[in-house]
Amino acid sequence: MPLREDLKTVLVLGSGPIKIGQAAEFDYSGTQACLALKEEGIKVILVNSNPATIMTDPIMADEVYIEPMDVHTVTKIIEKEAPDGILPTLGGQTALNLLINLKEAGVLDRYSVEVLGTSVANIKRGEDRDLFRDLMIEIDEPIPQSTRIHKFEEAFEFAEAIGFPLIIRPAYTLGGEGGGIARNKEELADVVRSGLNASPISQVLLEESILGWKEVEYEVIRDANDTCTIVCNMENLDPVGVHTGDSIVVAPSQTLSDRQYQKLRDASIKVIRSLNIVGGCNIQFGLDPYSDEYKVIEVNPRVSRSSALASKATGFPIARIATKCAIGYHLDEIENPITERTFAAFEPALDYIVVKMPRFPFDKFTNGDRSLNTQMKATGEVMAMDRTFEGACNKAIRSLELNQFSLTSENYHHLLNDQLQQLVAHPTDERLFLIAEAMNRGYSIEFLHEITHIDPWFLQKIETIVRLENSVKGSGVLSVAQLWELKRANISDQWISTSLNMTLEEFRNMRKMTGVYPGYKQVDTCAGEFEVVTPYYYSTWTGSDEVPYEKEEKALVLGSGPIRIGQGIEFDYCSVHATQALRANGVKTIVMNNNPETVSTDYSIADRLYFEPLAVEDVLSVIEKEKVSQVFIQFGGQTAINLANELSEYGVKIAGTSVNTIASMEDRNLFYQTLKKLGLPAIEGAFAYSIEEMKRITTNLSYPLIVRPSYVIGGESMHILRSEEDLASYIEQLQVSSDRVWPMILDEYKDGKEYELDAVSDGENVIIPGIFEHIERAGVHSGDSTTIFPPISVTHEEKRQMVEITEKISKDQGIVGIINIQFVIQNGTVYALEVNPRASRTVPILSKVTGMPVIEWAVQVQLGTPLSDLHHELGLLEEPNFFSVKAPAFSNGKLGGVDHFLGPEMKSTGENLGLAYTEAEAMGKAVSMLLPTEGGLLCSFSSIDRTDRLHSLTAFVERGVTLYGTPGTADYIEGLGLPIQRVTRNVSEVETLIEQGFIQMVYCTPTKGRDKMRLGYHVRALATKYGLPCFTHIDQLALTQLEPEVPDYEVHSLQHYHQFNVKAVIK
Amino acid sequence: MKEKGYLLLENGVFFEGVRVGSTQDMTGEVVFNTSMTGYQEILTDPSYADQIIVFCYPLIGNYGINDVDGESEIHALSGAVFGEACDIPSHYESQSSLVDYLNKYNISGLVNIDTRALVKIIRKEGTMRGKIVSSIHEQVAKPFFTHKQHTLVEEVSVKSSVYFEGGSPHIVIVDYGYKKSIRTSLQAEGCRVTVVPYSSSYEWISSLNPDGVLFSNGPGNPEELSYYYPTIKKLSESYPCLGICLGHQLLALSHGASTTKLHYGHRGGNHPVKNLKTNKVYITSQNHGYEVMESSLVHTSFTATHLNVNDRTVEGMVHTRLPVLGVQFHPEAHAGPSDTSFILKEFIQLVKENAHAAS
Repeated sequence: MPLREDLKTVLVLGSGPIKIGQAAEFDYSGTQACLALKEEGIKVILVNSNPATIMTDPIMADEVYIEPMDVHTVTKIIEKEAPDGILPTLGGQTALNLLINLKEAGVLDRYSVEVLGTSVANIKRGEDRDLFRDLMIEIDEPIPQSTRIHKFEEAFEFAEAIGFPLIIRPAYTLGGEGGGIARNKEELADVVRSGLNASPISQVLLEESILGWKEVEYEVIRDANDTCTIVCNMENLDPVGVHTGDSIVVAPSQTLSDRQYQKLRDASIKVIRSLNIVGGCNIQFGLDPYSDEYKVIEVNPRVSRSSALASKATGFPIARIATKCAIGYHLDEIENPITERTFAAFEPALDYIVVKMPRFPFDKFTNGDRSLNTQMKATGEVMAMDRTFEGACNKAIRSLELNQFSLTSENYHHLLNDQLQQLVAHPTDERLFLIAEAMNRGYSIEFLHEITHIDPWFLQKIETIVRLENSVKGSGVLSVAQLWELKRANISDQWISTSLNMTLEEFRNMRKMTGVYPGYKQVDTCAGEFEVVTPYYYSTWTGSDEVPYEKEEKALVLGSGPIRIGQGIEFDYCSVHATQALRANGVKTIVMNNNPETVSTDYSIADRLYFEPLAVEDVLSVIEKEKVSQVFIQFGGQTAINLANELSEYGVKIAGTSVNTIASMEDRNLFYQTLKKLGLPAIEGAFAYSIEEMKRITTNLSYPLIVRPSYVIGGESMHILRSEEDLASYIEQLQVSSDRVWPMILDEYKDGKEYELDAVSDGENVIIPGIFEHIERAGVHSGDSTTIFPPISVTHEEKRQMVEITEKISKDQGIVGIINIQFVIQNGTVYALEVNPRASRTVPILSKVTGMPVIEWAVQVQLGTPLSDLHHELGLLEEPNFFSVKAPAFSNGKLGGVDHFLGPEMKSTGENLGLAYTEAEAMGKAVSMLLPTEGGLLCSFSSIDRTDRLHSLTAFVERGVTLYGTPGTADYIEGLGLPIQRVTRNVSEVETLIEQGFIQMVYCTPTKGRDKMRLGYHVRALATKYGLPCFTHIDQLALTQLEPEVPDYEVHSLQHYHQFNVKAVIK
Repeated sequence: MKEKGYLLLENGVFFEGVRVGSTQDMTGEVVFNTSMTGYQEILTDPSYADQIIVFCYPLIGNYGINDVDGESEIHALSGAVFGEACDIPSHYESQSSLVDYLNKYNISGLVNIDTRALVKIIRKEGTMRGKIVSSIHEQVAKPFFTHKQHTLVEEVSVKSSVYFEGGSPHIVIVDYGYKKSIRTSLQAEGCRVTVVPYSSSYEWISSLNPDGVLFSNGPGNPEELSYYYPTIKKLSESYPCLGICLGHQLLALSHGASTTKLHYGHRGGNHPVKNLKTNKVYITSQNHGYEVMESSLVHTSFTATHLNVNDRTVEGMVHTRLPVLGVQFHPEAHAGPSDTSFILKEFIQLVKENAHAAS
C-alpha cells in the first residue's frame, strides 16, 4: 500500500535530554523521521526539550516545540496543532512512556490522534515484563524461567526444578537492592532472605540464570503487509550479564552457525509479528554456547541504540524506513537509498566486520563503580569497520580517545596475578586491556574463556593482536611483509613507531616509502553485488583502494567522536551545520567521525563520509588520500581542537583561527599575558610545581583561590580554598596523592556572577548573537549550570565590557571563525575567565532561539567572506523578546559511587531548554521539576551557605512543607525563625524518613571536604537512590521560588517565537 | 611455509593470495556468494560444480565444520576464494577447521584475497572463468580454460535410485545434484522419498508409483539437458510436480519457455522475492546463474507467481491447469532463511489432495 493520504499532520515525539542509555541515537532517528515525513508533504510537529539536537532545528519540522516532555504540555500542543497521527517509536523510552501516559490520560482518544506504527497495547506488551512473559509463553518462544515467591521455602522448590545458578530480584526495590546471584543452596538462602527483607511487599522474583551465554541481537523491520526483514544481527563479545550498551558488539555475528543464525532469525520474525509492529524492533537473545538452545531476553518495540548502530553498520537507514512503513508504505515500495536500484525489502549483506565499543565516563568519575552489569553505564560509543576483526578492534580502540593505541597497556603491569584474575573475571570497562595483560603474562585462552565466558574465537583474535604488538617490540627493523601483517590487523602507526623508537612522522615516511598504504572501501548494504553511489567509506589494509580520487578542492570537517561528559551531541550539531554550510558554499566536503549514534555519520550529510578513528594517523591518511586543502576543526569539540597542532605540524592547513592562537588561548599563562597586553582585567594566578612553590605563590595571591591539578584524581580535581587553613588541609591531603597532580594551577577565585557568549569573528569585526547568564556563581562548571538568555541581572556597562573584551581578543589574536568566552563579574569588573577557540555547548541553543545561522557565519568567514557581508548588524545583536533557560540533566542513579553535587567538574549528560515570555515561566519549563506542596524538604547546607539567603525557604513553609535539617543546618534555620525538624547524623535514620515518605525533596550543598565520610555525601546518594529532586548549590534557591503548581503556561513553537519576535520586527 | 597462489581471471586480471587446501591448479566459473553464514552448506552444494566460489564476507570458517550441515557428500566445486579462512574455529559442534576440511577433501583454496575487489570485477564484467594456480608465469603460454560443462549434472547425480524410508506421500526427487535439505524437509513432513538419477526414464519413475515428483537443483546451463525435456514434460502432466532452481528452469523449458544467462547470477541468502498474489515479500536463499525469461512464459501454460524485487526476474511459476509449480529460490534454505519453507509444505498438500482426488 502506498502513502496514506489521510495523514496531513503528524506529531513526532523526541527523546528529551541525553542520559546514559538514551543518547544521540534518538537525534539521528528523530531527524530521519522528520525528513522522511516532510518529503511526503506531511506537516511535521515535533516536541523535544533537548535544544542541542539537530532534530529541533526549525528546518527539520514545520513546528518545533522545545517544550517539556510531559502529558500536560503535549496535550496543549495536540490541542493547538490537531495532528492526525503521533509517532512515538523514534524517541526512545522517553517517547514511549510519554505516549502511554497520553493514552492513559485519554488525550489521544479525546483529540482522535492515531498512534502510527505500533499500537499502545502492543508497545505495552513489549515493555511490561509480565505481559511480555505471557506473550512469549503464548507464542511458544523460550524465556528464562522465573517465578514470584513470598515465602523462603518456595525458593528451594524452584531451585530444585530449575537448578543453579539463579538470579534473585526483589520486587519494588531501587537499583536492584537486596538481589543477587545464587550458585548453591547456601547462597540462595542468604540472597532470598535479604531480598524478601528488602522488598516492601516481601516478594522476590527468582529467575533462571543464563549468565555466560552468548548474547545476540536482531534488528527486524516489518511493514503493514506483514513483510519482515532482518537488517542486521549482532553478537556481543561480552556474554549475557553485561548490558548490551556496555558490551563490545560485533556485526554480523561471528560464532553462530547458519542454523543458529536462522533459528534466531525465525524467532525474531515470530516475535515482531506477535507484537504486530509496523516499523523497527530490536530483539535480544541468549544462546547457549553448548547447544542450540536460546532464550528471548528482551524486546524493544521501537527504534533503539542498536538500530542506530545497525543502520551505520550496514548503511540501511532503519529509522527512515520505519517511518515510511508507519505512514503506509510497504517495504518493497521504498527505494533503498543506498543503492537507488534495489528496495528496502531485502537484507543487507556485509563484506566487512563492525566492532562497536562503549565509551565510559570513568575518566571523569574516577570514584564511580566501574563494574559492568545489567545497568548501563556508558555515555556513548564508537564504531569501526574493517575486513579483519583485529583491524576493526584496533580502530575502535583508537576511536575511544583514551590516549590508548594498543591492547598492551602499562597501566596494569603493577597488578598481582591474583588481582588480575579477579579483575578479568568480573567485567569492567577495562576488561579488554586486562585480558591483553593476562595474555602477555601467559594465561591460556582456555583459562581466560573459563573465567570470562568470552567465546574463544574472540580471545583468539585478541591474542593475535597481542602477539603482533609484541612482535614489533623486540625487532629493530621490520620487513615489508611484517609491516603488511601488522597493518592488516590495523596495529597503530603510533604503537609501531614507539616500539621502533621512531617518531610517528619518521615511521609514516618509512611506511609510505615501502608502499604500505591503506585502501578505502565503500559501505553499500549489498557486499558489492550492486553498483552503489553512496559516498560512505572505511579504511582497510587488506586490499585495494576503490574510492576514486577527484581533483577538486576539498574541505575536511572533523567530528567529535563518542559522546562523553563534557562533549555531547551539541558538537554533532555544529559539525553537521558546518558541513552543510561548506556544501552550500560550493565546497566539496568530507566528514570524518566514528560515532554511530549521530547525524554527522549519516552518509547523506557530507560529499564523502569516512567512518574512521580521529587519531592523527587516521586523519592524516584520509587527508593524504583526498589531498584535502583545509581542515575545519572548530566544530568537533575538544577532539578536533586537540588535533589542530599536530596536523599543522604535518603541513595541513587549518581553516580559520591559527594554531598559535588556539595554543595561546588554551595555555593559561599565554592567555593571562594576552589579557595583560590588551589592558584587560585578568585573574591573577600561577603554576606550582611543588608544595613549597604552592605555599610561596599563595602569599602573592588573595583568597579565595581555586586550585586545579594537572590530572584529575579521585574526582576531586578542583577545589576552592577560602583561607590559609583550607590551603594547609589541602596540602596535607596532597601529600598522600600521586605526583601526577603537578603542575598545579592556582587562580584567584572571583565569587561573582558568571556569563558566557559565543561570537563569530572575521579578525576585524565580531557578531555576538547573545550572552548567557549563569544562575549559579562561578565555581560551577558551565555545562552544569542553569543559564538564562537574555541575561537578567547584567548592566549595560557590563555588557559593553564583555563585548569590548570579545572584540579586543578576537582582533588581537586574529580569531577567524567561532569563539566562546566565559566571564565572571565581580564588583563591576568583568574578567574573561576562559576562551575556547571553537564552537561550544551553547551554540545550538543560541542558533535556535535567535534564528541566527551562527555556524554558517563561522564557516563563511573561514572561507574568506567578511562578516559585514553576512549580516547587516555587527557587535552584540538585539536580544529576543522571550527568555530561554537551559537546565542540566544528570544521569543520577545510573552510576554508583558518583556524588552529583554541582561543582567545577562537569557531571551532567544532557540539558533541557525552557522557552517563555517571562523568565519564571521559562525557568519552570526548563527545570520541569515539581516542587512539593506538602511533605518534607530535607536541608543540609554547608557552613558557608548558611546566610540570610536561607530566608527564601519561607516560601516552602508557607506552602505547608515541613523542613527537616541536619544538626548544624537546623540550628541556623531555627535561628532565622523558621520551624524545622531536626534529623540526626545517622544515615540509616535519614533513609528511614525517606522510605516512610516524609521527605519529597532534598537541598544539600557540599562542604569543602567532599569525602565519602561526610553526611552530605550520603544524603545526596539517598536522593539519587530514591529519585528525589536534589538541589546542591545555594544559588539554585532562585529556582525553588517558582510556583509549585503546574503553571498554566503557553506552548509555542520555535517558529512562532521567531515570527513574533516583536523587538526585532520593530527594529 | 605459506605458499603463494593466484586467481587468474579470463580477462587477464589476477589476484595474489596464499594457498589453502589442495595445491592443485583448478579452473572454473568464478561466482560470488554474499551469505555471511553457511559456508559449509555452500561448499557442499552440488550446484557449484565447475565453479570457483568467492565468499564476499571476509571471515569464513569461524564456527568450523560439523557433521550435520553438509548438503551432500560430493565436493563438486572447483575451488574457493576467501578473505580469511579460520584455522582455529570455535563452536560446540565443530569437528574440524575449514582449513583442515579443504585439505581433507582436496579442495583448492586461496586466502588473503581482496574478495570485494574481485566481486566488483565480476559484477561489472559478468561471470567469467578463472583458474587457481600456484604460479602465473607458466600460465602465460597455456591455452586458457577447458569447458567440461556437458558432464556437470552427470558428475553430481546419483548413479542409481536410492530409497529413503518414511510415511506418505511418496515423492520422487529427480536428482540433478540435489541438496540434502530438500530431502530432509520432505522427510520431516512425513514423506518417503526416492532419489533417482537425472537420466531416469518416465517409465522407470512411474514404476516407482510416486505421489509427486520434485525436480531438484543442480549445476550448469539447463539447456544442456534438452534431451530430457519430453520426460520432464510427461512427468509434469502425470504427477504433481515441484521444480526447485535448475528443476524449475527445466520445467519451464520442457513446456516451451526459454532461459537465459544472468550477468552474474543470484547467490546468497538475502534475495527478496515477491508473491504476486499477496504482494508479500520473502527473503530467500538463492544460487543460480540462469533465469526463466518472463516473456517466454506466454508460450506455456505457466504464469509467474513470484518475482525478484530487485531485478524483476521470474522467481516462481504455477501451471494454470496442472498441479505443477516451480521456484527459482531454495525453499529448503540451508544456507539461508527459511521464510519460504511453506512452499514445500504446500507442495505436499497439493500432492495429498491430488492423491485423494485420484482415489
